[in-house]
Amino acid sequence: MMDGSKPLTKGFADAETGEQKIRNFNINFGPQHPAAHGVLRMVMELDGEIVERCDPHIGLLHRGTEKLMESRTYLQNLPYFDRLDYVGTMNQEHAWVLAIEKLTGTPVPRRASLIRVLYCEIGRILNHLLNVTTQALDVGALTPPLWGFEEREKLMIFYERACGARLHAAYFRPGGVHQDLPPELIDDIDAWAEVFPNVLDDIEGLLTENRIFKQRNVDIGVVTEDDIQKYAFSGVMVRGSGLAWDLRRAQPYECYDEFEFQIPVGVNGDCYDRYLCRMAEMRESAKIIRQACDKLRQPENQGDILSRGKITPPKRGEMKTSMEALIHHFKLYTEGFHVPEGEVYACVEAPKGEFGVYLVADGTNRPYRAKIRAPGYPHLQAMDHLCRGHQLADASAILGSLDIVFGEIDR
Amino acid sequence: MTEALKDLATHIEMKRPDCILGWDIAGGELTMEVAPANIAGLVEFLKTDPTCKFSTLVDITAVDWPERPKRFEMVYHFLSMYQNHRVRLKSQLREDEMIPSITGTHPSADWFEREVFDMFGILFSGHPDLRRILTDYGFRGHPLRKDFPTTGYTEVRYDEALKRVVYEPVKLVQEYRQFDFMSPWEGADYILPGDEKGEEAKK
Repeated sequence: MMDGSKPLTKGFADAETGEQKIRNFNINFGPQHPAAHGVLRMVMELDGEIVERCDPHIGLLHRGTEKLMESRTYLQNLPYFDRLDYVGTMNQEHAWVLAIEKLTGTPVPRRASLIRVLYCEIGRILNHLLNVTTQALDVGALTPPLWGFEEREKLMIFYERACGARLHAAYFRPGGVHQDLPPELIDDIDAWAEVFPNVLDDIEGLLTENRIFKQRNVDIGVVTEDDIQKYAFSGVMVRGSGLAWDLRRAQPYECYDEFEFQIPVGVNGDCYDRYLCRMAEMRESAKIIRQACDKLRQPENQGDILSRGKITPPKRGEMKTSMEALIHHFKLYTEGFHVPEGEVYACVEAPKGEFGVYLVADGTNRPYRAKIRAPGYPHLQAMDHLCRGHQLADASAILGSLDIVFGEIDR
Repeated sequence: MTEALKDLATHIEMKRPDCILGWDIAGGELTMEVAPANIAGLVEFLKTDPTCKFSTLVDITAVDWPERPKRFEMVYHFLSMYQNHRVRLKSQLREDEMIPSITGTHPSADWFEREVFDMFGILFSGHPDLRRILTDYGFRGHPLRKDFPTTGYTEVRYDEALKRVVYEPVKLVQEYRQFDFMSPWEGADYILPGDEKGEEAKK
């Protein structure tokens, strides 16, 4: 420079002052951000509006479920599973009862098995309705959640009519389900499943071809086949990228092999395809619900809903007359049942992906160790990979399509 | 199902005889015992071998057995979406031992290993970022160890005078109830309070 001072940096030379130095910003996303789907704190490094790095801090909802489970009986542990992913609760219980049934070798009566499938699919619709509509909310649409929650309300009433609880059901029990369904309830569920696709059409009419929704979701957060393996994805995260992987088909449990349903897959693996997958899956679930209702009405599928034995309570009527039944009932609900020594990994296709339980039993009435494998945990872990290079506003769209619920991630 | 798993187990054992200490099929699940030092190599092999192709890491966890000389048991679950099978790897570990991290082969192991470190205090050599994950910032101890009390050591509350959250030692109005369900008829070996003489009289 003419006055002998140091030359200014190129590019901004005419206007640069000390205050205007360009630097990356670190911001906190959450833990009270409405688009964080709960209590997620993400430390993000931003270059302008581009996300350079993001580090999710989880554990704000950690309740020590696995530790608590070690000091409770198997039956007392069951309601903890409702509180993991509190959106589609019965699917979690399913993994727990499958683990116990595998270790004890308990058969499940046919009717109970059908009821389980029915309620698992209701849970899947409950979950997908919440996820799809709140994802729309995250990118600016306000109406879909209102419409979706109306249907969720109806489904939760079905929950309530089966077991008395709208959310934390504790309905699946080792060896069956807690209570039988009244025939009117089956009719009502069937009638609901018949008209539900119309509601989906309405929601799709709002979103699928919506310009803003597509601008915010197409080509955002693309997941490739390599990513799936590297980041241990499961569920819709896999199917959205074109791999037809569904545990209900690949490793059938319960009686899913008797049902006819398609596995919808995406093509591009972006947020938009995952949305389409979830919408299509809801239609398939509605089909399964109708098939299950149909089967439940058939005369050969009537009967008991618990395999009566040492791990299930005796019938109420029996308790009035039999001393042994009364003692059995008392012992079951105080001491609980003993599970033979061994270890088992049981998993189900929960709405969010593969939900598994690794159970180590030591022959007592309490689990020695139970590890809960939540699908959201590896999904959220990939947040850093998926967000890199995207705009800050895309982070909430990606988070929405990952289907995150903190109850299961933090445990 | 079991036949296929048997074939798989013998295949792995033949290819990597140095790694596999033993295997077992129980309840339709294949479990293999591995020495901790070999875990990273074996996992790499399981991922790349075309017969195994265990491309997805399902879960990493540990089990605490305080009475064993090798206190911790690391448990890995793998899934192959291509071959449609699963395997469980187990590895016994002393309290002062480290285990190699498998983040090089499976980036998804990152958080799982962080969780095991957080909950059990097991160290993973070669892990890029071994921080606590689920517990509070500045938490002490490893909650899932059997010698860690379920109630924990500290509790938090908002202090109106200090205008911040304060940490205090746990105060319980009632003792944490751990019920003893052992039936006296099944041979409980403890002495009931006041019954010490009865035990002596027997001898």
